[in-house]
Amino acid sequence: MEVLLFTVLTLCALGVLSAVVLYFVARRFRVEEDPRIDEVEKMLPGANCGGCGFAGCRGMADALVTHEDISALYCPVGGAECMNRVASYLGKSAPVKEAQTATVRCGGACAQRPRTNTYDGARSCAVAASLYAGETGCAFGCVGFGDCVKVCTFGALRMNPQTGLPEVDPEKCTACGACVKACPKHIIELRKRWPGNRAVYVSCVSHDRGAAVMKACKAGCIGCGKCVKVCPFGAITLDKNLAYIDPQKCRLCRKCVNECPTGAIVLSNMKPLPVDKVQVKE
Amino acid sequence: MKTFRKGGIHPSENKLSAGAAIEEFALPDVVVLPLSQHIGAPATPVVAVGDHVVVGQLVAEATGFVSARVHASVSGTVVAIEPRLNPQGIKQPAIVIRREEDQWAPEIDRSQRVVTECVLSGAEIIEKIRRAGIVGLGGATFPTHVKLTIPAGRKAEFVIVNGAECEPYLTSDQRVMTERSGEVVEGARLLAKALGVTRVLIGIENNKPEAIARMTEAAARYPEIEVVPLRMKYPQGGEKQLIAALTGREVPPPPALPIDVGAVVSNASTVLAVYEAVQKDKPLVERVVTVTGKGLKEPKNLLVRLGTPMSALIEVAGGLPEGDCKVLGGGPMMGRAMIQLDAPVTKGCSGITVLSGADASRQPAQTCIKCAKCVAACPMGLEPYLLSKGAQRQKWEALEAGDVTSCIECGCCQATCPAHLPLLDWIRLGKQTVSGMIRARAMAQTSRK
Repeated sequence: MEVLLFTVLTLCALGVLSAVVLYFVARRFRVEEDPRIDEVEKMLPGANCGGCGFAGCRGMADALVTHEDISALYCPVGGAECMNRVASYLGKSAPVKEAQTATVRCGGACAQRPRTNTYDGARSCAVAASLYAGETGCAFGCVGFGDCVKVCTFGALRMNPQTGLPEVDPEKCTACGACVKACPKHIIELRKRWPGNRAVYVSCVSHDRGAAVMKACKAGCIGCGKCVKVCPFGAITLDKNLAYIDPQKCRLCRKCVNECPTGAIVLSNMKPLPVDKVQVKE
Repeated sequence: MKTFRKGGIHPSENKLSAGAAIEEFALPDVVVLPLSQHIGAPATPVVAVGDHVVVGQLVAEATGFVSARVHASVSGTVVAIEPRLNPQGIKQPAIVIRREEDQWAPEIDRSQRVVTECVLSGAEIIEKIRRAGIVGLGGATFPTHVKLTIPAGRKAEFVIVNGAECEPYLTSDQRVMTERSGEVVEGARLLAKALGVTRVLIGIENNKPEAIARMTEAAARYPEIEVVPLRMKYPQGGEKQLIAALTGREVPPPPALPIDVGAVVSNASTVLAVYEAVQKDKPLVERVVTVTGKGLKEPKNLLVRLGTPMSALIEVAGGLPEGDCKVLGGGPMMGRAMIQLDAPVTKGCSGITVLSGADASRQPAQTCIKCAKCVAACPMGLEPYLLSKGAQRQKWEALEAGDVTSCIECGCCQATCPAHLPLLDWIRLGKQTVSGMIRARAMAQTSRK
């Protein structure tokens, strides 16, 4: 009995002592934190995707509260609506950023781009790209093991088994940029998102000369420059045998689409220009 | 008999071309000389399109200290300086020369006489090696003059000649040591003189008795040189493994170098190139390449001018077999599969291995059963299954803590894995990423200072 009493009393005394120590320690080292950070964090989508450039939503919330000017901060997942809500809560002006969507710039489907060899290493784009050019004759195109699909936390990307290329669902894409970082060939680009997910872009990133492109892939940009000449808005530039359409200048007039001899300029969710305006092409 | 202690495996030797004497390969009509045939900065061209060059003439100067010169391997006209495809299908800048005749630079001594005297000082020997554009011919292609420039505070105690050639199939070093033993021994003496070292160890695996006999005979005159037969085990030819086998010393993990334990290691073919550069004024314009594999009719050892298309070598050895096959630059353990057979032979190309049938493809990968065979096989004492998983999950910090940068990419883990997992593929990715992170950190630190 005595032993039991002694044990209980000792433990109680220890508990009280620890409580006192902890009380003073907690007072001495208390961290002042703005309660608004918690509130802002709740307003953010909670995806922790890192699309804003911070490690997670908490980091973003902290930055939104502490920074005087939040125009450089943007949550691509929550979009304008979320940013407006946060800005009105904090009494700051909301950052403005146009909607974007990930765009896969390679049209080298299995039918267009014949295989020249077989890869049997680890099924990863990063590994394959570090070893060699890829299974086809094009050293720039998609290697097709779906690293982008693996990193997408929103289920917006899937591999199309027919083409062997990844496809973006613009409705689900939040433009967080994870796939852009994951692609070792730098094929995926964040481009302006038009209403109705309409888009015109050069679906090729090959800097090879025309003849080499033609040999490797039927859908590649050969750098002929016809699109550059036809564009009325000066939106298309040609650099190292590759055309690029500036999403800020492009007005979706689609003249370049009809001009492109290889079909490297892709049109999505839009009808082509009327037939009478189309020149006859082989 | 000596060997290294930690890890290692015993793959089938398959030294098909061991008995084939070195043949001089016909001069190619066009050579492609990539500017980056070595580790370090790519060389800078010093010729222009249309220039006439002779064999041994400098065509590209080293860019900085860790870089190497490139010399014309045939005489003729420079027809292009442009990006050309490498064996992996990626374009790299190169100098293209169309051959006319076979005219050599006048200072090159092409006689067979073995020169044994050397009046040059150590620094002069290293300068001659630098001028000849010599890099490690075993495959690592690290510039030899950089290796011979001992950092302050360190001292070389041994020159080690790497004649292990543990890689299955390859026999180029073996033939060099058998047929040109006298010159290799003289080259080793030059290295010893350059470093002021009095002890030379030549390590040769015991599956090459003829090479051991010839080298022992050639080295008999020199008491400082010892030919050491080694018990076969892959990867004995790894620099650190060879040092451990010959001296019992362990090189600490990176950034430590072999010189930290007093050793300078050079491959046997490199040593021959050193001899030719110093005593014959001959830059690195040709090398011995083993063309082998069960898919080829006549495995051969060929003395090839740098820049010769690999497809021509395969043709001479009997041509590619019917059906699917795998062509490797190097041997089956460390070689890299090639998709461009028209790519040129470069300084680091010790062999071409053609595998056909079942050898050509990997077995389908299954699940890791944590048998730890890879751990037992790793000659660097790493845990390959953990490193591989870490790379897949992008746990770069964990990989760094797991010492991934120590990996010598020998492939023992992958070869021994009963589940046929692509362990090395992932580890290599992890090693690249972590090395990049370490470099970036060092850069940030220096710029902060």
